Amino acid sequence: MPRYFTRDHEWIDVDGASARVGITAFAQSQLGDITFVEVPAVGAVLVRGDSAAVIDSVKAASDVYAPVGGTVTAINAALEDAPDLVNSASESDGWLWDMDLADPGEVDDLLDAEAYAELVAAL
Amino acid sequence: MSLTHEIEDLALLPLDAWHRARGGRMVPFAGHAMPVQYEGIIAEHVWTREQAGLFDVSHMGQLVVSSADGDQSAAQAALEALLPADLSTLALGGQRYSLLLNAAGGILDDLMITRWTGGFFLVVNGATRAADIAHIAAHLPAGVTLTVRDDHGLLALQGPRAAEVLATIGLEPALPQIVPVERLWFMSAGPYRWHGADLHVSRSGYSGEDGYEIAVPVAAIAAFAEALAMHPAVRPIGLGARDSLRLEAGLPLYGHDLTPDIDPVEAGLGFAIAKRRRVEGGFPGHDRIAAALASGPARRRVGLALAGRLAAREGATVLADGAPVGTVTSGGFSPSLGHPIAMALIDAAHAVPGTELTIDVRGRALAARVVPMPFIPHRYHRKGVA
Repeated sequence: MPRYFTRDHEWIDVDGASARVGITAFAQSQLGDITFVEVPAVGAVLVRGDSAAVIDSVKAASDVYAPVGGTVTAINAALEDAPDLVNSASESDGWLWDMDLADPGEVDDLLDAEAYAELVAAL
Repeated sequence: MSLTHEIEDLALLPLDAWHRARGGRMVPFAGHAMPVQYEGIIAEHVWTREQAGLFDVSHMGQLVVSSADGDQSAAQAALEALLPADLSTLALGGQRYSLLLNAAGGILDDLMITRWTGGFFLVVNGATRAADIAHIAAHLPAGVTLTVRDDHGLLALQGPRAAEVLATIGLEPALPQIVPVERLWFMSAGPYRWHGADLHVSRSGYSGEDGYEIAVPVAAIAAFAEALAMHPAVRPIGLGARDSLRLEAGLPLYGHDLTPDIDPVEAGLGFAIAKRRRVEGGFPGHDRIAAALASGPARRRVGLALAGRLAAREGATVLADGAPVGTVTSGGFSPSLGHPIAMALIDAAHAVPGTELTIDVRGRALAARVVPMPFIPHRYHRKGVA
């Protein structure tokens, strides 16, 4: 299953017309200790670039943007009791939400792992 | 998600390389590149509450106001014209918290002032340093001199093991009447020597814990910081934990909880208006402050304990029964309490501890209750307290 990235430090695993979204290891390292994650409601319809989730850390609240448009089909309920999963496993167990894609063509605008690594290296 | 990467012309701390070598993540603060964290804010916060945390606060301004007369009476009078403190009762080596006030009684800065043999030593905030220097210099009469100690850095060692640590690294009192550092009381200070360097040590800080602030010549500061950091009880602590520690301690942060639009009475800092000065006046804004003391302030700085885990930050609106009654001035997650806390400036009618309020955070109404400050009890080494 291919993993793509955004310039805003989200990752998205695309499986046909559905996907799972989270934030990158780099993003969580910049946020510091995460104390609360507000995920979108199941059924919420997201437009690409919408603020879809909020991650509150000891430093600040940060928006997470929808990498592509679509409908939220599931959320990571484990984050309610263990928001620090986003620190310890941002690119696996610390995922944020699953969604059905509105337009799979939007995936073409995302970064591959190599392009994202270059972006982070330049920061 | 949105991550900011600010690029500015920043001043470097004398210990800049030392912080980077220890993994400090440097961010812009008060015009300086400063470490916001090393291993993580919560771990650093907890370490300071349990062990000893080493903070670099060299961005703060170190000023000396002095006069040629032996008893510093001209310097004392000049400072009393700017501050509401009673310096006539400040003994040699004694330290006070005080406020620079404007003509309307608004707070220009908060500071620490200590009586030295050769003048008064002031430590002011980094962000207001330049403005404070200009303000003080513009108001000093002939014969009273302001000296900026740019050749000194400032370190804070805070936590229940701070005294034990500082007693082990070879500090020597610089004068016969100066006690060893572990016998200093809270809010007292003195000159010490360490490996040939002249240090000024005060038992004070801004974490709510016992601890010290130590002015160190720039030439000696890296060796001194290393000598402290070698102790197993000491870890370097960044700005992030400094903020969460002072928030739990109920200590206001200038530029956030204190501004020129807030007077000392509203800010809950009436203790900084000395009894003699309340009567005699002679400091900026005395009329307004005396009126606020007599009638009670219209607004008060209060502590808020939040339900849930989502924090309320500076600028969030505080509501009572749906109507705005104030604004959060600083807030965040309390590592010691395990829930978010905040300070807010709110209408005095809603400032009684126990009052239930809500805070609007991005459209969510978070439940909050007015609670007494400090949120976490202070553990200062006070004279007369075992």
